[in-house]
Amino acid sequence: MQEDEPLGGDVKAASTPIINSISSDQLEPWSALLVRLGGERDKAVFAQLFQHFAPRLQAYIMRLGMPRASAEELSQEAMLLVWRKAEMYKPAKARASSWIFTLARNLCIDRMRREKAVECELFEEYMEHDQAEAPEQLLLEDRMQQAIALLPENQAQVLQLCFYEGKSHAEIAQQLAIPLGSVKSRMRLAFDKLKAHWGEAQ
Amino acid sequence: MTIRHHLDDSTLLAYAAGSLPQGMALLVACHLHNCPHCRQTLLQAEAVGGALLQALEPAPLDPQALQAVMARLDQPDTKRSEAGSVAAAARNSDLPVPLQQHLSGDLASLPWRRMGYGMQHIDLKLAGPGTTRLLKIAPGISVPHHTHGGNELTLILRGSYADEIGRFCAGDVADLDDTVQHQPIVDTDQDCICLIATDAPLRFSGLMGRLAQPFIGM
Repeated sequence: MQEDEPLGGDVKAASTPIINSISSDQLEPWSALLVRLGGERDKAVFAQLFQHFAPRLQAYIMRLGMPRASAEELSQEAMLLVWRKAEMYKPAKARASSWIFTLARNLCIDRMRREKAVECELFEEYMEHDQAEAPEQLLLEDRMQQAIALLPENQAQVLQLCFYEGKSHAEIAQQLAIPLGSVKSRMRLAFDKLKAHWGEAQ
Repeated sequence: MTIRHHLDDSTLLAYAAGSLPQGMALLVACHLHNCPHCRQTLLQAEAVGGALLQALEPAPLDPQALQAVMARLDQPDTKRSEAGSVAAAARNSDLPVPLQQHLSGDLASLPWRRMGYGMQHIDLKLAGPGTTRLLKIAPGISVPHHTHGGNELTLILRGSYADEIGRFCAGDVADLDDTVQHQPIVDTDQDCICLIATDAPLRFSGLMGRLAQPFIGM
């Protein structure tokens, strides 16, 4: 587990409503905390989320190629969005880390392309109507991370170039001097392995 | 809408990572709009992003950062009102919602430009590598045999076509790259309208293709 796991046993406080039939005690701690933020608008809860996620967002945005000052500004913007949109967070759809990742990603697309990343945001509305994931499929963050760590080097490398550095398939192919088809097949192979962990029982 | 042809996992991963060129991201968004299957896969791809975010070594923050953000929590959000106008516009057009950011009106009333060979097009003139365009192809017309120098995404908006891979109808997406050579032909008596996004120019093969390339200019 993370060393800076949220403090206190009150994460599972009774005031947290059952959302999409997943009760907060079934959630990993950060997702439970985000649900609580949406319900209670508690600034102390926000501060906990900030201290965990803001430094990681900062690292992520800097790896995308942003200068330090812009990365600081964007990671703060992203955390402000977490505060404003926390009520819209659906724990049955995504873990807190995934949800916060997508918020930050959209902000970065916005900034880098000087265009609105509307494409991504539009889904919030109808994603709600999609069938919910089974709760046990959301408990596997640790396993997913272990699985990433166990990927063959050449598969982990394409995922990292894609996610951490924002490189397109063509840019990765060029950088690694391999055919486009190899980039895509490495990504597919990696994703297949990670998806296998997704649906697996604990 | 029954969708039979879906996005490749590597395309959805790139979309989740935010690393697709703009036009391809737009097309992916249009397909996702109608495809619960690919939306589910997208959630998994975004979970990969979440796990990678968690795995990052935290970067040191400005010691004042938390205070600075806390001070802004009670300020009103000035940007939230824009989303509503997009949703409202969506009900008055048969264009996929994400495309309405770039074009207004209906498929029939768009400013189509003739290309010859029974094809009309609209270039969205998006920034970045590759091209993004709408293509309207007349019944019975066959696009010359071609391969792709990179990725080519085709989303069918109306009508259908058939090629070596199968039959593609409204909502279907063909997610192809340089390993595929194909020759699509419109296989009903209705125009086929599709959105095509590439990250590199097409390479036509054969004499006909080489003659057509300068005209089609894809």
